[in-house]
Amino acid sequence: MHLLWRNTLTIFAKELRDSLRDRRTLISMIVVPTLVIPLIMIAAGAVMTKVMRKAQAEASPIAIIGGAEAPAVAAELRADARFQIVETTDYRKEIADKRLRAAVELPPGFAAALARGEPTTVILYHYETELRSGMGVGALEEFFRKLRERTVEQRLTAQGLPAALVKPFAVKRENVAPPERVGGNVVGGMIPYIIILLCFTGAMYPAMDLTAGEKERGTMETLLCSPVPRTAIVLGKFLTVLAASLASMLCSLLSMSVSFVLGAHLLLGAGAGAPHGMVVPVISLAGAAGVFVLIVPVAVLFSALLLAISLLAKSMKEAQSYVSPLVVVIILPAMMGMLPGVELNAKLALVPVLNLSLACKEMLSGVWHWSYLALIFGSTTVYAGAALAGAVALFRREAVLFRS
Amino acid sequence: MIEARQLTKVFRDRKRGEIRAVDALSLCCPPGRIYGLLGANGAGKTTALRLLATLLRPTSGTAAVAGCEVTAAPERVRTQVGFLAASTALYGRLTAREMVAYFGRLHGLTEAELAVRLQGLADELEMHEFLDRRCDKRSTGIKQKTPIARTLIHDPAVMIFDEPTLGLDVMAARAIVQFVRRCRDRGKTVIYSTHVMSEAEKLCDTVGIIHNGRLVAEGTLDELRLRFSERDLEEIFVKAVGGETERHAA
Repeated sequence: MHLLWRNTLTIFAKELRDSLRDRRTLISMIVVPTLVIPLIMIAAGAVMTKVMRKAQAEASPIAIIGGAEAPAVAAELRADARFQIVETTDYRKEIADKRLRAAVELPPGFAAALARGEPTTVILYHYETELRSGMGVGALEEFFRKLRERTVEQRLTAQGLPAALVKPFAVKRENVAPPERVGGNVVGGMIPYIIILLCFTGAMYPAMDLTAGEKERGTMETLLCSPVPRTAIVLGKFLTVLAASLASMLCSLLSMSVSFVLGAHLLLGAGAGAPHGMVVPVISLAGAAGVFVLIVPVAVLFSALLLAISLLAKSMKEAQSYVSPLVVVIILPAMMGMLPGVELNAKLALVPVLNLSLACKEMLSGVWHWSYLALIFGSTTVYAGAALAGAVALFRREAVLFRS
Repeated sequence: MIEARQLTKVFRDRKRGEIRAVDALSLCCPPGRIYGLLGANGAGKTTALRLLATLLRPTSGTAAVAGCEVTAAPERVRTQVGFLAASTALYGRLTAREMVAYFGRLHGLTEAELAVRLQGLADELEMHEFLDRRCDKRSTGIKQKTPIARTLIHDPAVMIFDEPTLGLDVMAARAIVQFVRRCRDRGKTVIYSTHVMSEAEKLCDTVGIIHNGRLVAEGTLDELRLRFSERDLEEIFVKAVGGETERHAA
């Protein structure tokens, strides 16, 4: 046993040194997760915040149809800084073409109906799912709600009744979720997704290089001439792939935490205030540590799986064609964890990748279901062990090693 | 000493069915001699040598290499064997020193033993100049001598060469041929496969002609000349494998 470990470590040390001298491994292991991904995230965040702020600051271009029916209301809309009134006849097309955010149609005889106290309907036109249109129509709704409240109050006063008659009580919302829970839900879905993906892509290149790449370059046969047991060779290579996967994931975890804090300060801090409706999310440190612990068996699973699959190929090109489709297989369950309403339960805790994605969301928002976490860790460890055993078994088959 | 007894390797191919790459091969190669395995491409040379080096396991039969059975103790066989083939490449991103030291460690050498062996080999092969240069550098010295140092680092008793000069230029091939002779002179058991007749004529004490996985003729050059009544090894070879028509068909 001692000899096996000595050999394994000799191979691991050499493979690590060899890999660290390879520019392509370094790029996929360190540069992409530490620099590229956070930069993309910060840039995307910055653009999104800017667009949101700009959209909120801008007056909404709207059209008034039938303004002549209620000149006082139309004048009040014109005077409101939130709106920029555009004269148009074809408001439907203008809204669809996104030149108008919304339009309001005042029914014929609106002012007269109001004065007489007859019920009437104001129609708001908007473009469903379009963000700016939503803002425009929201502002219009608020405008008309206030107008309605004022009208009610005026009528009550005219009748000599108190305003409280139609407002027997007030309703107020208050957020009880701690900031990290909000953080967990806002970014908790995204982070595990990115980590799972990087854990996989970090292992991908070294796994192919150390197996199919070695066969292609002819160094595999050289290595097989040594008296080292095949198991030690697989373990040494596996440890290298695992190290690359964990390094890649750790780099991304660190740099994302840093860029997250920095980004929040840069974008939302400095007195500018969060844009309307956005909360500054906080990520719990214990949650981040939990994610790391739980991702280790997943990294083992990915590394062993990638090693076994690329071992079947005789060239890097062939290995790539086997491994690339796997990215989709990994992404799907990782993405499912981001869906609202998919919550962790005993059955889902057995589904690899998806279980991690769900557990990460919980842990990052400070929820710890210990029994599920144990189940996830246990089941993933079993899968990982099976994948590693599979890789060792494949490495003993000469048809796999000497494919030609 | 290498002693193969009825060594057989059968590959199963989905398209071509069962292929007997090596068929009941028996041969004996004593220390201090070069046994040349002569055969056309696809005759079974590489498979036979891979069986002896325990890279492959025989389907039936066995062989003793430096006193160890290839079937029973393949890992022990590998500690006694230096295997050099055209297909055994170097790790391009390692330096010559790292490459040789890596294989020394894999052969279980201690760091102290390794330092002594490495120094000795670098002196003997005149490698000092490029010892710390990477193997993928365009230096012919590295490409010629590092593989030799790699096969010798554990001082094996048996040397197995599988067409080691394939694809090399004249000077590199000469360096290998000289190295093979030196191995014999030091009393190592040497088995050498080639399809180049002139190489076999120059180097080998005993020649075995392999065809379709079977050993069809064996003996010293003089014995073969006498048996086939031909002077030229190429003519002997053609006669041994059953004439030119049969060779083309195969």
